[in-house]
Amino acid sequence: MIELADQFFVLSKQQILLLMPVAAQPLASVLLSIIPIIGVFATLFALTTVLERKGLGRIQNRLGPNRVGPFGFLQPLADGIKSLTKEDVVPFRTDGVLHFLAPVLVMVAALLAYSVLPLGRNMVALDLDAGVLFFFAVGASTELAVFMAGWSSRNKYAMLGAMRAIAQMISYEIPLILSTVGVLMTAGTLSTTGIVEAQSGYSGLLPNWYVLTPWGFAGFFLFLIAATAEANRSPFDLPEGESEIVAGYFTEYSGFKFAMFFFGEYLGLFAANALAITLFLGGWNSPLAILDWVPSYVWFFAKLMGLIGLSIWVRGTTPRMRSDQLMNFAWKFMLPMSLVNVLAAGLWRFTGHGFLGWFVCGSLVAGSYCWLGVELSTKNSLKKRVYRFAT
Amino acid sequence: MNLDLAILSLLIGASAVAAITLRDLVHCVLCLAVTFAGLAAVYLRLGAEFIAFSQVLVYIGAVAILALFVVLLTRTGEIENQSRFSLQKLAPLAVCGLVFTGLAGAAWSSSLRGSQESVAASIRLRDVGRELMSAYVLPLEVLGLLLTAALIGAAILAQTEEPNEVENPNGASSHPPAKPH
Repeated sequence: MIELADQFFVLSKQQILLLMPVAAQPLASVLLSIIPIIGVFATLFALTTVLERKGLGRIQNRLGPNRVGPFGFLQPLADGIKSLTKEDVVPFRTDGVLHFLAPVLVMVAALLAYSVLPLGRNMVALDLDAGVLFFFAVGASTELAVFMAGWSSRNKYAMLGAMRAIAQMISYEIPLILSTVGVLMTAGTLSTTGIVEAQSGYSGLLPNWYVLTPWGFAGFFLFLIAATAEANRSPFDLPEGESEIVAGYFTEYSGFKFAMFFFGEYLGLFAANALAITLFLGGWNSPLAILDWVPSYVWFFAKLMGLIGLSIWVRGTTPRMRSDQLMNFAWKFMLPMSLVNVLAAGLWRFTGHGFLGWFVCGSLVAGSYCWLGVELSTKNSLKKRVYRFAT
Repeated sequence: MNLDLAILSLLIGASAVAAITLRDLVHCVLCLAVTFAGLAAVYLRLGAEFIAFSQVLVYIGAVAILALFVVLLTRTGEIENQSRFSLQKLAPLAVCGLVFTGLAGAAWSSSLRGSQESVAASIRLRDVGRELMSAYVLPLEVLGLLLTAALIGAAILAQTEEPNEVENPNGASSHPPAKPH
């Protein structure tokens, strides 16, 4: 019974496939993997927009949307209809093809990332040997889409926003990838399912998740920060800083194209959070041995909702960073910390997982965190900026 | 010849031709990105996952973006109308032809040609990593050193110089302003 509940979706896919003619089976198998992913995450997107607006409203001491449907939960439906029926305004001087292709590329890149994410036991669309690498490769092509959007709009605000976004994405991609290296070294594989399986089982009461090791703890937060920056969310939302550059690279997009950017951004956020769960929070494994009977996908989505809640909280409570603070943080804090973290993960392998490992790796990570923090906060006081190449 | 490989080579060829013939330099770079993606698809088709994803990560995620930045930073205006075919362009054509004949000849005379067994399918990522860390460790380290040197060079270029005199009251720095590019 427990087994059936856990494997319900996998088994029902197999049963449906058996009903199909043999010639149609490969295509049907692909569609049966893709359509649920798109459906589930589109619903999650709709739910998240309401939760985020309500959460931000509470943080800002107001109510948030509460007019459409019960407690305002049908608001995304109204928004969707509105954006579908809105006029699609394309400025006269735009580069037509690129302007059209940019939102499509954002969506495609965001959706492709889901193909390697294990949503439950045996529930992964594409079990690649280099799954984590695939995830980052797909994420890297988002930069091109952002550039296309900003450049083809022929609008200086759009261009500035695109430039900010690309600079930010390139800078934070390095700590994002480096923070996962420790996990890849310990698990000994780049396959997402392999990493989840490496974190199964329990030592004592606690699960074998990588977040419960000194380097994994630091790596998890480095990954989350870098992923927030990659998704252009507050406090890293300079590319769409509305007080300075209107709306960034999607200034000249309206109607459904704007909605596609919005959707793509949230899909990217969910994918990054899902990868954080896969790498550090044990994927679909349950946190306690006695709770093992709960289906694996329930754990996955519970963790995902938890991380989404965390990102809403962060968005509501942090001010936007300045451009130089953003770059200093990426290159002077995140990059050294992620390198130290790789070293700590290597030491953890050889010092054993007992007290010695905790002492050596923990003091390495905590010491470099304190030292970098003190160095950056004391030496980097506000002073007049001197420009060398601009007058 | 397989149909999927034929479609891919058509895509690669067409986007490569577009990358050198289009007027707008930004379009050229984006076509080049399509070529990179097509190459990655060929690697994937041949069963080399690691090199395919590295190709996308490095070439589309970094090299294409770098090329776009170079185009945007160096262009001072619209490029004047020049004839598309000139004698100057024949030299690179000749070099390309020579390289192509060399590579094609090597591929044609290769002992692997015509053999049906697939070698790539058995290579796992773990083996790639082991080879990189044992047999090819020296080239890897040299590449790492080269990239570190480039990074340090970029950091020195971007470094702010300490002003050696007292700053002017109007706030301009003491050294002469750089020439407008």
